Amino acid sequence: MPIQQANWSPYDNNGGTCVAIAGADYCVIAADTRMSTGYNILTRDYSKIIQLADKSVMASSGFQADVRALQKVLEARHLVYQHQHNKQMSCPAMAQLLSNTLYYKRFFPYYSFNVLGGLDSEGKGCVFTYDAVGSYERVGYSSQGSGSTLIMPFLDNQLKSPSPLLLPAKDAVTPLSESEAVDLVKTCFASATERDIYTGDKLEILVLNAEGIRREYMELRKD
Amino acid sequence: MSKAAIEGPPKGGFSFDLCRRNEMLLQKGLNAPSFLKTGTTIVGLVFQDGVILGADTRATEGPIVADKNCEKIHYIAPNIYCCGAGTAADTEAVTDMVSSQLTLHRHHTGRESRVVTALTLLKSHLFSYQGYVSAALVLGGVDFTGPHLHTIYPHGSTDTLPFATMGSGSLAAMAVFESKYREGLTRDEGVQLVAEAISSGIFNDLGSGSNVDICVLTKGHKEYLRNHLQPNPRTYISEKGYSFSKKTEVLLTKITPLRDSIHIIEGGDEMEE
Repeated sequence: MPIQQANWSPYDNNGGTCVAIAGADYCVIAADTRMSTGYNILTRDYSKIIQLADKSVMASSGFQADVRALQKVLEARHLVYQHQHNKQMSCPAMAQLLSNTLYYKRFFPYYSFNVLGGLDSEGKGCVFTYDAVGSYERVGYSSQGSGSTLIMPFLDNQLKSPSPLLLPAKDAVTPLSESEAVDLVKTCFASATERDIYTGDKLEILVLNAEGIRREYMELRKD
Repeated sequence: MSKAAIEGPPKGGFSFDLCRRNEMLLQKGLNAPSFLKTGTTIVGLVFQDGVILGADTRATEGPIVADKNCEKIHYIAPNIYCCGAGTAADTEAVTDMVSSQLTLHRHHTGRESRVVTALTLLKSHLFSYQGYVSAALVLGGVDFTGPHLHTIYPHGSTDTLPFATMGSGSLAAMAVFESKYREGLTRDEGVQLVAEAISSGIFNDLGSGSNVDICVLTKGHKEYLRNHLQPNPRTYISEKGYSFSKKTEVLLTKITPLRDSIHIIEGGDEMEE
């Protein structure tokens, strides 16, 4: 009998795109709200963004069942941290926790492509970008998901992040103002929606700054 | 050295000589090139005075939109049009080929082409390629025998129907037709219903999108409504705009004039015979 290949996969891809941009004193995190499977739309109104701590927000695309499970684990761990340390987790601390949580399942990964955004202990914007098994890096901006290949080159062109290998270490945050960064994000998604079938419906934008957190929505193409 | 006894004239169809080599390459890890599929919604319906065809305008290459406004309603004859779903190159090639054949046939017979002629030419071509020519077609037209609407599948089978849908969005469009179709629709009702069916495909199927194209065929008259509906405008255009800094520098412009290399030799020997 010839060797049989597995024809059942535990994973599915629900599509979607996430972007995060760090500024001098703010952070913008955005994701579309379309959830799909194959050629079908499951819902036009699904949030891929979650606030994990008062200064940490995570956006994840990929397999939403794994994303949801990951979010629950992180929320629970943050609650434990709060009980033990009597304070909220800082964004860099949450970044390390996310990395460890992902690597914990190295041999049956969370099919989740994450960007973590927030403000660090000095109040400066920070963005951390991950792969599915927890490799992470602090960057000035990032995108993940089905439209990331369309958005990343545009962000590279506009935000020109200096290489993290340069010495002395240069700051990765963009000098753009908050409204300019939001404009940039809207342009990125409107463009990605034109060419990526899995991105569209509505755009959810979260802006974190010293005053708190602000949420904004924008309509995208629904086809 | 010959492998076969005698090689006859080429029989048409595909040559499968490279199949073993392709198989070997795939096992070695080569990524086969992808095809541009139209991931489509195409429909046709018969109404009071003739036939109406409809199509979306998105062409996809996997998850990427390759063309936001392509034309999927192809010309076959002045009174016959054909919508195509499947591999874009295949639908283009097969409809162009049959269109040419019918032009010659019209000159030969001196008569208007019939829809069943186009149908037979298309189905026999697709059958001979055993489904490898990935073209799923909705053929419609009006000839002297009346209005006709047919679907043609990639393997060469056909159906004759009062209303039909094909492509990845066919279920979304058929849902609309099955609810709202009735015999004896007027032109405006028919156009409205086709537009609704295509829109259903555009919004509910990720392989279809952008605009609605419609073609109305009646006795002796055709109306090609390109981009009849455009329900998907770009949602955000930044006011300030974006510029891209020029990265290329002209270091030096050097023009080297071509040397005058014509030497005229006086009094050479005559050429010998």
